[in-house]
Amino acid sequence: MNPPVPPQRRRRPATRHQPPSPLAPAQGEAEGDGKIPERLYVVADSDGGDRAVLDLVTLIVACAEPPPSSTPEQTAVLRMCRSPLSVAELSAYLGLPFGVVTVLLTDMLAAGLVQARAPIVRQALPDRSLLEAVMHGLQRL
Amino acid sequence: MDYNGSDTVPGPRAEDHLPHTAQAAAKIVIVGGFGVGKTTMVGSVSEIKPLTTEETMTQAGIGVDDDFGSPSKTATTVAMDFGRIRISDELVLYLFGTPGQERFWFLWNRLFEGALGAVVLLDTRRIEVSYDVMGRLEERGVPFVVAVNTFPDAPRYPMAELRQALDLTPDIPILECDARRRASSRDVLLTLVRFLHALHLTGALT
Ligand SMILES: Nc1nc2c(ncn2[C@@H]2O[C@H](COP(=O)(O)OP(=O)(O)OP(=O)(O)O)[C@@H](O)[C@H]2O)c(=O)[nH]1
Ligand SMILES: [Mg+2]
Repeated sequence: MNPPVPPQRRRRPATRHQPPSPLAPAQGEAEGDGKIPERLYVVADSDGGDRAVLDLVTLIVACAEPPPSSTPEQTAVLRMCRSPLSVAELSAYLGLPFGVVTVLLTDMLAAGLVQARAPIVRQALPDRSLLEAVMHGLQRL
Repeated sequence: MDYNGSDTVPGPRAEDHLPHTAQAAAKIVIVGGFGVGKTTMVGSVSEIKPLTTEETMTQAGIGVDDDFGSPSKTATTVAMDFGRIRISDELVLYLFGTPGQERFWFLWNRLFEGALGAVVLLDTRRIEVSYDVMGRLEERGVPFVVAVNTFPDAPRYPMAELRQALDLTPDIPILECDARRRASSRDVLLTLVRFLHALHLTGALT
């Protein structure tokens, strides 16, 4: 017995959601084997200030030992981020929603307790060597 | 889940630490309707035990893209599982499986926008559950490949017929997979990254 014909879909045109503007320098001059610049990009807040934009995969690294004044959450972040860890992983391990973690991290960034390593986003691909690196990495799995 | 808000946050296991040389991360999203195998695929290729991140959305947070905005004011918690693959000493790849319920997809604008690309999982017993998210990816210009999960009792359509039903442009890869198998899931990801590379070469990605 032949299977029924699959239901027909209609492709949708690209619309209002244009790709976001590049978050990395337009000329991501990759030195040697794709060195990725450390950067932290900011956007203007509604109240005029600048605010770090934290992605789920922004890598956070501690740059200090927990100060005596730090809250339990800050201490936990600083301990976990002795090696780089994504915001998503912090959210998972802390058991806190992503939005709560970004507020926590924004304060810690402002206080110089942690650094952020911005993610690579599609529109900011420095060059093809990045995709080639991912291919090679996957082939090794 | 084995985490909570206590002061003994477990944190990553020693073997799950990234090297200090890790400079940046990229992400790929795995999407599709309810129960198509997203969590299974994340788990089969991840090098860490899959984790869950969640976001609490209230009406105020929903305004960005409100065509599915629910009229109720109640807060909604959306959980999303993810895994990780170390690509090199400098680069890390994260895989996110998005929630199955259609009305939650718009909550994750941020996720789609930054993603290198997406894998759309299809279950041929219920193909149309993945149609809405495909349209959303197209609207946002997120490149994707289609992976057809080979459930044993699912109808097998000739690929050409599926491609036509899905209204895929000829360049979009479509392949069969078994999301439970690491090698198969890895091949799906490789197909996506090769596709992105090809788009890059033709200048479709800038
Ligand atoms: N035969 C077969 N079974 C699969 C495959 N992928 C997933 N399954 C099974 O299908 C069921 C649903 O898989 P999940 O990975 O939980 O699906 P999901 O998309 O994450 O589901 P939701 O998050 O609830 O939308 C599980 O019982 C899996 O074991 C596959 O490739 N082949
Ligand atoms: Mg799931």
